[in-house]
This record gives sequence, structure tokens and C-alpha cells, in this order.
Amino acid sequence: MKKLPSKEKLYNKFIFLNKLIAFSFSLLILFIYFAFILLIGFRPRVLGIYLYDSYITVGIVLGLSIIIFSIFLTFAYTLIANNYLDKLKDKLK
Amino acid sequence: MTVFYYFIFLFFFPSLCLATSGGSNYFAAIIFILFVFVTLLITYYASKKTNIKENYYAAGGKISGFQNGLAIAGDYMSAASFLGISGLVFFSGFDGLIYSIGFLVGWPIILFLISERLKNLGKFTFADVTSIRLEQSKIRILSAIGTLVTVILYLIAQMVGAGSLIQILFGLPYEVAVWIVGILMIIYVGFGGMIATTWVQIIKAFLLIFGASILAFLVFKEFSFSLSNLLNQATLIHDSGQEILFPGRLIDDPISAISLGIALILGTAGLPHILMRFFTVPDAKSARISALYATTFIGYFYILTFVIGFGAIVFLTKDSSYLDSTGNLLGSNNMAAIHLSHSIGGEFFLGFISAVAFATILAVVSGLTLAGASAVGRDLFVYVIKKGNVDDKKELLVSKSSSVLIGILAIFLGIFFEGQNVAFMVGLAFAVAASTNFPILFLTITWKHLTTNGAFYGGMIGLITTIALVILGPTIWIEVFNFKKAIFPYKYPAIFTVSISFISIVLISLLDKRANKLENIEKFNKLTREAYLGNK
Repeated sequence: MKKLPSKEKLYNKFIFLNKLIAFSFSLLILFIYFAFILLIGFRPRVLGIYLYDSYITVGIVLGLSIIIFSIFLTFAYTLIANNYLDKLKDKLK
Repeated sequence: MTVFYYFIFLFFFPSLCLATSGGSNYFAAIIFILFVFVTLLITYYASKKTNIKENYYAAGGKISGFQNGLAIAGDYMSAASFLGISGLVFFSGFDGLIYSIGFLVGWPIILFLISERLKNLGKFTFADVTSIRLEQSKIRILSAIGTLVTVILYLIAQMVGAGSLIQILFGLPYEVAVWIVGILMIIYVGFGGMIATTWVQIIKAFLLIFGASILAFLVFKEFSFSLSNLLNQATLIHDSGQEILFPGRLIDDPISAISLGIALILGTAGLPHILMRFFTVPDAKSARISALYATTFIGYFYILTFVIGFGAIVFLTKDSSYLDSTGNLLGSNNMAAIHLSHSIGGEFFLGFISAVAFATILAVVSGLTLAGASAVGRDLFVYVIKKGNVDDKKELLVSKSSSVLIGILAIFLGIFFEGQNVAFMVGLAFAVAASTNFPILFLTITWKHLTTNGAFYGGMIGLITTIALVILGPTIWIEVFNFKKAIFPYKYPAIFTVSISFISIVLISLLDKRANKLENIEKFNKLTREAYLGNK
């Protein structure tokens, strides 16, 4: 028989997961943003490459993608928090 | 009290109608007056409820996540981001996008790290959270100073922008415009508190997103909804040609770029008027939902400003009716979105967008004033001067009077700084928020060894170095004081000041002999439990 986790164990797991998700999501978005800034600083010409047969440049695609990805990440986090973390939290109350 | 409403509706409101209708555009006047009428009516109803603290500071915690998301967007998207960023795209294309992204990326971070903990731990101001496990008075002083410096710098920039914008849009004298904005915000905040402020921001956010969507749609329609087509036309007509499609003149050295990014991201997470909004919802889940919607609205809005800026390049660059004799845009590049609305949508649409710009300013200054008033009334008066022994009635009286004082101060500062370049003040406000408010808030929630002295002296060091380095840097030393060479070479000091602030807080905390380590950790564990579980 598997031993049921005590409340304290569950609490520690809950805090750990919360922090893990919050910090890894934060680091991901910061990494993408500062990579973009460094690209602008050191390799601006890369961002000026045209996408096949159009006037849209790599820079514009990356820039707009970062905005859209930020929104996407907030949705992903909210989904995880609403459906998973909150349920774990209710068990602790 | 009743006399006051007679004053508003019998005197102030009609004279406002008279003043604004003198301009060239009747639509703008009508839409704006309608906005003021509706918001004053809301303020009237709100004022019946603001005799209770919960209602005055936090709208009773009854705002839904979606509503608060809109209100946050309305609080955050200033005229500077609407007119300023579309103007920047108009002027230099791609570079404007770099700013938009910086202003947005702080939002996911607020969601992941701040929003839920803040709601679980605090009541009305972010100092409620920072002072929770440390000595009340010291931390409240620091947080209140951080709040007031941020709020006043930001307010000056908004007031000066408002004065000159309204001068152009409605043909009012600069001083009259500043007075109108000031009096309206005093009425909203002083009488309607957070309830009125929230609804002003919600209505404004809706109008702004709606207006900007139509503007961007009209631009796109002209190019049969092809981004490539729009960009192509823009490169053909812009003086810099294809250079507008990749990074260029605006950011020349990587240190400045990174530093600006840090200021924008951490500064957003330390803006007191934004943080305060998270207390208006009922629980942590709604705080999370607020941040989600805020990010979505703000991100969507910045994509629109990008399209609007490129649209302005195509439609305005060669149209002499929008240019002065030297070939520059009438009224500065910041007018790009406004002129574009006329060029593409006619008189009526121009009126609508102008009124929206006016409403935008009002919503932002109201949020700022409320944050400043709460810092004085609650953090300084109640917790520092009276050590917590005050009844609610007195606290509210002080907070409400502070909003009037801050409003009057903002009016005078707005008039004092007329015609001066105050754009750096927004940058400085973000830098102070990033180097003082954010580090103490973040470390309170995450670091168990933080001590009162560490937070207080470290935060002060962060605040002072930020102000010093901005004064010694190019923006003030060269552009305001007219010296030839700046003592501190970088325009954006955040990369240094944030590091200095964090390092000082950590070092002073670790060296703090007087602090009781065990007690400190115990308090931290209790705080963590509250922050994540929310059962106070």
C-alpha cells in the first residue's frame, strides 16, 4: 500500500510546484526578451533579412511573435494554475 | 456635499462644455463631454459609498477579474503609449516596436510572480505587503517615498503632455487644459475613490481599444489586409527607405538597450498605481485573471500601434495638409495617430480619437493620484505618524484631502514645466519603481533573510543612486543643464541601480546583527503560507 502524503508534504510540494512554474515561466520570457535585445545590439542585420517574397523582415516577425508569445504564456500559466495548482490548494485548506 | 454637486453640474460642467466646444471639432467636444458627464455621474453614485475604507481604496474588492483586467489596461496604457509609440513607429519604424515589447514583457512577470501573492497578502497599498514581516514605520516610509516619487514624476509627464495635447486638439489654452484635467481627477479620486477611478479606467480602456482597432482596421483595409503590402508602401515613402524595417538609430549600444529593458520590465512590476489595482478583486484567482486579461489587452493594443504607426508613414509623410513648412508633422510626431484618424476616417473619426486621447489621460492621472493619496493617508499618516491608532473616518479624511493636494500640486507642476522636455520623467519613474519598489516587494515575498534595515537602507540607496545617475546622465546633465559631457555616460541607469539596490539590500540584511534570525525565518514561513494559500 502506498502511504498517503501528509498535509505538510503536500504543502511543500504545492509551494515547490508553484515556485517552479512561476520562476521557469518568468525566466523563459526574460530569456526570450533579452536574447531579442542582444540580437538588436549585436546582430541588427540578421533582423533585416526579408522573409521569402515579402517586405516582412525577420525582426518584425520576431518582435510581433514575442508579443503574441507573452499573451500565450499568460494563458498557459492561467490554465495550469486554474486547473492544477488551485485544486492542489483546495486539498490543503 | 450637495452644494459641491450643484457646483459641478451647474457651474463646472457647463463651463467645461463651453470651453471645449470652442475648438474646431464639435464631434470631439460632444464625445468628450459625454464621457465627462457619464464619469461624473458614476462618481456621484460612488461618492455615497466611499465613506468606507474598503470602498475608497479598493472598490470594496468587488471588481471582477475581467473588469479589473480592462481597468489595469486603462491604468497602464497612457497617452504616451498610444500617441508616443505610434509616433515613434512613424518616425523610425521598427524601433518603436522595441519599446512596445519592453512595456509588455513586464506583464507576464507580474502575473507569474506578483499578482496572486500581492492580493493574498495586502489590503489596499503595496506597502501593506512590504511591511508585513518587517518594522512597520521604516518600511512604510520607504514605500511611501518610493510611491510618491514615482507618482509625482509620472504625473508631471502626464500633465505636461495633457496640456499640450489638449491645446492642439481642442484649441484651449495650455493652462486651462491642465486645470480641466486636474479638477476632473480631483473630483474622481477625492469623491469617487477607487470605484470611480476603476470605471473611468474601464470606459477609457474600452474606448481606446475600440478606437485603435478601427484605426488599424481602416489602415489594413487600404492594403487589402496584407502586412507586406503596407510595409512595402511605407519603405517607398519614408526618408530612411528600407531601414525602417530593422533596428536602427534608436538603440546604439547594447548596455543602454538592456538597461532600458530592465527598467521597463521591473518598473512595470513596481508601479504603485498598477499594484494597487490587484486589491480591487475578491480573491487571488481573480487577481490572476486580471493580469491575464491586462496582458492580452495591452499586447493586442501594442500590435495595433505598430500598424497605426506604419499607416501614418504611408498616409501622412507626403500629405502637406498635415505638415508644417519644414516638412515635419504638425504638432510633433506624437500627433501621428491623431492626424491619421483624420486622413483615413474624416472629421468624425478625428473627433472620436481626440476625445479618446483626452479620456486616456484622465484615467491614468486618476490612478496615479489615488496611489499617491493612499500612500500619504494610509502609509504615512496612519502607520508612521499615528502608529496605527486612528479611526477610519480620520484616515479617509486625510487620504481624500491628500488627493486634492496632490491634484493641485500636479496642476502647478504641470503649468511650471510647460514647454519643457519632460519625457525623461516617465523613464525616471520607471527606473525608481524598478530600483526601489520592486526589489523590496520581491525580496519580501521570496527571501527569508530580509531584514528591516536591509530593506530600508538598501532601498534608500537604490532610490538615491537612481535619481543621482539620471541627473548625472546625458538626459539631464546635457539636455537640461546644457553641459557638454555627461558625468555618467548612460541614458538608462537601471542595469546599475537595480543591481546596486539588490546587492545593498542583501548585504545589509546579512550583516544586520540586531535582527533575530530565527524569528525572521518563522515570520517568513508564515508569510509564504499566506501568500500561497490565502487564508489570512
